[in-house]
Amino acid sequence: MQPAAIQQADTPIVTARKLTKQFGSYRAVDGIDFDIAPGKCFGFLGPNGAGKTTTLRMAMGLTPVSSGELTIFGLAVQRHAAEIRARTGIIPQADNLDPDFSVEENLAVYASFFGLGGPEIDARIDTLLDFVALGERRKAKPDALSGGMQRRLTIARALINEPELVVLDEPTTGLDPQARHVIWGRLTELKSRGKTLLLTTHYMEEAERLCDELVIMDHGRILAQGSPRDLIEQHVETDVIEVRGEGDTLRELARQSGCRLEQMGNSLYCYTQNPAPLIEQLKDRHALRFVHRPAGLEDVFLRLTGRELRD
Amino acid sequence: MNTLRLPRIRPGALYVWRRNILVWRKLLIPAMLMNFGEPLLYLLGLGFGLGHFVGDMAGMPYLAFLASGIIASSAMTTASFEGMYSVFTRMVPQKTYEAILATPLDVDDIVAGEMLWCATKALFSGIAILVVAAVLGVAQGWQALWVVPVVFLVGLCFAGPAMIMSSLATTYDFFSYYFVLVVTPMFILCGVFYPVETLPEAVRGAVYLLPLTHAVHLTRGLVAGAELTQPVLHLAVLAGYALVSYVIAAMLVRRKLMV
Ligand SMILES: Nc1ncnc2c1ncn2[C@@H]1O[C@H](COP(=O)(O)OP(=O)(O)OP(=O)(O)O)[C@@H](O)[C@H]1O
Ligand SMILES: [Mg+2]
Repeated sequence: MQPAAIQQADTPIVTARKLTKQFGSYRAVDGIDFDIAPGKCFGFLGPNGAGKTTTLRMAMGLTPVSSGELTIFGLAVQRHAAEIRARTGIIPQADNLDPDFSVEENLAVYASFFGLGGPEIDARIDTLLDFVALGERRKAKPDALSGGMQRRLTIARALINEPELVVLDEPTTGLDPQARHVIWGRLTELKSRGKTLLLTTHYMEEAERLCDELVIMDHGRILAQGSPRDLIEQHVETDVIEVRGEGDTLRELARQSGCRLEQMGNSLYCYTQNPAPLIEQLKDRHALRFVHRPAGLEDVFLRLTGRELRD
Repeated sequence: MNTLRLPRIRPGALYVWRRNILVWRKLLIPAMLMNFGEPLLYLLGLGFGLGHFVGDMAGMPYLAFLASGIIASSAMTTASFEGMYSVFTRMVPQKTYEAILATPLDVDDIVAGEMLWCATKALFSGIAILVVAAVLGVAQGWQALWVVPVVFLVGLCFAGPAMIMSSLATTYDFFSYYFVLVVTPMFILCGVFYPVETLPEAVRGAVYLLPLTHAVHLTRGLVAGAELTQPVLHLAVLAGYALVSYVIAAMLVRRKLMV
């Protein structure tokens, strides 16, 4: 029995093969492959228009798949969307709470769409409102809540059916740092309860904190995949020295340093495995200000997706 | 491809319907005032005012003639209004359907649920007018209660086209065209205020293609006791409009939401 159970636990919750979405002549998702293991947090990191939302919408059966295979809980999305959604919690990119209902009614009415109700659900609503710290605002209308509270209510709403998989499209975009930390705490808690999380984000910090595995996506393609640590190891040098100063001095430095260089405005980013020599040089030049830090996900992201502006 | 299949009718429609009735309940008093106020105004103003000069029409007091017609036209306007302004609000700015679609429910459930809800509102308005008509002494006995399910069917029959409009609209302005070009002409031409038999022959043929004509025949027969020669035909026309418009609305709403 034991080996079978272990194998069961390793079967991916979500599997995508050559998944493609075509909007007219525009290919928003271009033949991507990925597997999401149970109990893990899987992240899609990508700039605006990368195809993150489109991928999630396909996964939930909210937009037809143009081609490729997509299975969730072992079920083909095209034919079992309702069954899949019954076992999933969805947090959309923009909140769509029901303005006609209070906080608690929002949860109760949403539960009714799953065919759920009765004393058990009333108790679950109480628990969920405590979980997202909205117990005291239960009679308020969504319009009277702050952005962070609305987001928390949306999260509570997505948990009303006790989902195995929680899909979050940019859970903290537009929130202040406090609100963001509260949500990160809640999501970490969900993960520790064994739920599988699938999220999209623009925030490196969010991806680094929450995700066990990430894909970096751009123009509908997956550019890299791995744990945040793997991605940093594989795609950039260990150290970054960011130097600010006049163009000429910077250029001269660049020629000598031997680092891999990237310039943005009047900042120069020097990527290297061996930062000591450059730091020595920089200490003598008082016209230049510099910061030395370990390389992070943002460096990987910018390296893979480029530094030019989107939109 | 995916859009070209027949919609299913499932219990999920009732969940959508229930959501709407819960919202409606919160605004019960103003809603009831609207339900009773408007037809009362029509019946008292036109029925008594105009009736004073008209006397009898088609063998009955003008007030009875008008009341039985208004039951049908009010079901039409109520269902059309709800199926356009309210449905569009939930579909576009309020994103209620987007939220519903994140649950096991489907576009078919939303469209069926909304049509049932539009018909329910039509039913409320129909009952209100029936009560007013009874109080004014122009309802002909208990068989008038048969008008209740008929009004529900009339509501369904106008809810579908209204939802088609909602799925095609980009702004609320669009709905004014539908009211001016479709609802108002039917209100005037389909026998609410005078018998369609008085229309010129050429027009009469066209008017018999319009659902309100059949709705008015039924309500006038049931409420005012006018002779009902072809009840099955009238019911079939209404049911046909309801079914065909449901299928088209489900297809168009799917095309709009599932992109
Ligand atoms: N319904 C649609 N019709 C046509 N193009 C679309 C449609 N929806 C999305 N797109 C296009 O597909 C691309 C991917 O969009 P998507 O919303 O998936 O990006 P995203 O990664 O979620 O971006 P963001 O970070 O801005 O949310 C974009 O170029 C977008 O303009
Ligand atoms: Mg997006």
